[in-house]
Amino acid sequence: MSDEQRPKRRAARGSASLGPATPRAVASDAHLAAPSALATSSPWGYAPAPESRDVVQLRARYGLFIDGKERAPSGGEVTVTYNPATEEPLAEVAKGTPEDAERAIEAAERAYRKVWSRLHPRERAKYLYRISRILQERSREFAVTETLDSGKPIRESRDVDVPLAAAHFWYYAGWADKLHYAVPGRRPEAHGVVGQVIPWNFPLLMLAWKIAPALAAGNTVVLKPASTTPLTALLFADVCRQAGLPDGVVNIVTGPGSTGMAIVTDPRVAKVAFTGSTSVGVTIAKGIAGQGKALTLELGGKAANIVFEDAALDQAVEGVVNGIFFNQGEVCCAGSRLLIQESIAEEFLARLRDRMSMLRVGDPMDKNTDVGAINSRAQMETIGELVASGVSEGAQIWQPACDLPTRGWFFRPTLFTSVAQSHRIAREEIFGPVLAAITFRTVAEAIEKANNTAYGLSAGIWTEKGSRILHVASALKAGVVWANTFNRFDPTSPFGGYKESGYGREGGLQGLHAYLRSS
Amino acid sequence: MGKKRRSGRIAIPTLENSDAPHEGVRLDVRRTPKLYIGGAFPRSESGRTDALALQAGSSVNVARASRKDVREAVRIARAASESWAAKSAMVRGQILYRVAELMEGRAGQFESDLREHGRGRKHAAAEVAAAIDRVVWFAGWPDKLPAVLGGTNPVASSHFVFTIPEPTGVVAVIAPEASALLGLVSRLAAVLAGGNVAILLASESAPLPAVTLAETLAVSDVPAGVVNILTGRRAELVPHLVRHADVDGLDLWGCPEALLIEAEQGAAEHVARVARRPYGAEDRDDSFDGERGERIDGMTAFLEMKSVWHPIGS
Repeated sequence: MSDEQRPKRRAARGSASLGPATPRAVASDAHLAAPSALATSSPWGYAPAPESRDVVQLRARYGLFIDGKERAPSGGEVTVTYNPATEEPLAEVAKGTPEDAERAIEAAERAYRKVWSRLHPRERAKYLYRISRILQERSREFAVTETLDSGKPIRESRDVDVPLAAAHFWYYAGWADKLHYAVPGRRPEAHGVVGQVIPWNFPLLMLAWKIAPALAAGNTVVLKPASTTPLTALLFADVCRQAGLPDGVVNIVTGPGSTGMAIVTDPRVAKVAFTGSTSVGVTIAKGIAGQGKALTLELGGKAANIVFEDAALDQAVEGVVNGIFFNQGEVCCAGSRLLIQESIAEEFLARLRDRMSMLRVGDPMDKNTDVGAINSRAQMETIGELVASGVSEGAQIWQPACDLPTRGWFFRPTLFTSVAQSHRIAREEIFGPVLAAITFRTVAEAIEKANNTAYGLSAGIWTEKGSRILHVASALKAGVVWANTFNRFDPTSPFGGYKESGYGREGGLQGLHAYLRSS
Repeated sequence: MGKKRRSGRIAIPTLENSDAPHEGVRLDVRRTPKLYIGGAFPRSESGRTDALALQAGSSVNVARASRKDVREAVRIARAASESWAAKSAMVRGQILYRVAELMEGRAGQFESDLREHGRGRKHAAAEVAAAIDRVVWFAGWPDKLPAVLGGTNPVASSHFVFTIPEPTGVVAVIAPEASALLGLVSRLAAVLAGGNVAILLASESAPLPAVTLAETLAVSDVPAGVVNILTGRRAELVPHLVRHADVDGLDLWGCPEALLIEAEQGAAEHVARVARRPYGAEDRDDSFDGERGERIDGMTAFLEMKSVWHPIGS
């Protein structure tokens, strides 16, 4: 979320993909597994199946999107956004200042007062339907741009991020003229101008989660994308123009964290929504204390994925792999703690290692790729540092012997066993492809260990016993519980956490409530 | 104290209200206002009290809770939290209704408390009646919350998904300052109806209704530790309450303006959920009158919406 995350290209050049400046997880490769029998037995290799870039014409430079127009940043400065898979620069992006934030808020306030709040809700709905349609029509362009800018596999941006973003606009469009059914017996009203700050792991999807309910409820928006992944938000500005959305209803201000703080603390901003790290969320909550603003926070997580001995093991292995390696593990709800019942631990871990050996790590633009590039050099360093702590604190590390590209920021899928709950890798959000396995004996012990975290965003349960699912699901302090599945999202289903994972929900009726006041 | 100061009671001559001591009069047995923690009535561990002037010119020594009392109350509340949350919605509703029943029996005491704090006779009677009715209003909520706030979610994939509200855990309530009984029960009953347990900091200028409520709760079906009531100085206690890491939620409705920024910052440090009075609204005697007080924000702020997914397949 900060400028420090800007990659330093020159430092990245080196024999290895990481360059000398990046701490490796462990100094030698001696711990690497031999290629598994499964991975080497097939005579069929994978040929590259790259997605074409042709559908995307990136410009050399992007300005801010304020009051329906593209504007140069007041300070005249730009930052460069890089392709994490190649470390090549993609475009220059305006470095918005607090002054730019102020202009955007003025525009949003004017648009709210003069246009958006006077528009019949039915017409508001139709704008949102239009946006949803345009996102569907331009889905290929968005998917490719997202993958280029974020490093996530094209398979995910194509099949998850972009369709879900369009679905969110579709879902909330229908609410715009039915708000009196959302808060029966009360008079729902918009807040006015909302300030939103989003992270780099799902750049377009988080934008959709923020903007769709805000507009449906009748608010206008000033949004700051993450500094390493601004491109799909800037492409979205073009969608707003194409949809004929009135000027100032959506404003997008790129820039560093200080610009985000300027947005959320402005007295004209009545509602703040933030997705990102717990530490930044705390800073924002403290920064707006006493201002009477509404606030929702979607922060970090350290989800437990609990596998009971009666689980369908192969399905559970798939679910665990999806839980932690989806989007390189750069997911706040990632299943980063694997809790396995002791009686099946050995067999389960063997199958898990086999499955991990089959993961294809590499070019995010390749349609076969399972694990893409880590979003930034800074994030590589965070992951490396935490993995090193796992080794030094005494956990057993295992990584498949997959080939990594020689350029770009890639991290090997990593499994830790012999993990104690006190280890940093079991307590801190790593935001990378690193799984910490812990065993348990009884249901009660599983629940206790799963809840033994400051976070409470999500959890997974794998068992064939229905009553156990419901018992464990109700005992877990987590906002989303996936039973015999993981990492599922839908606009109709609210998402958000307990405890230090934040408060408020996004998605569903509950997500709409966050953008309404009711008198 | 004036004659006939308690409605419905025969005014027996006392030493205080008679012109001169004589045989046949008796001395009032006065109540010692104490804290209410874990179902017991301790004095503040600090041994401190604050003398509070009452209407009739007398005064009462109100327990002045300390930071250590706050910690003890939070510890006790946490221990009571799980079993309270686990009670069925219907049982929680019935327990709340029972509180209303017992308040009705103590209406005279509540009225007398309010009048000691300077409220007029008619006002006191109306406020007590409204407070009892408010508890009944909330008693009907626990088994409605999942239907009103949750539901099943028609997701596009082949999954059955439902969302239910669950209590967040331990909630500290800074009770309204002016509406010393009606405001107090409106905020407290909301917390309990949602399945949370409470540490409540009573009105500083009018704490007696909270003391009487504690005495009512002690003989009700509300389990010990589910409600803990502290009296004392807000400026001293609020900073500790809001920063306590084991407090999951804070109802700052009654937080004085001067402490609000500090309180919200303290809550932010450990991502505590916050409810507060609408921005710009005053803490007034009539803030909870009628439908204005029938609000669910004191419940919803401390409910966690949990969504559970399961695949559909044969």
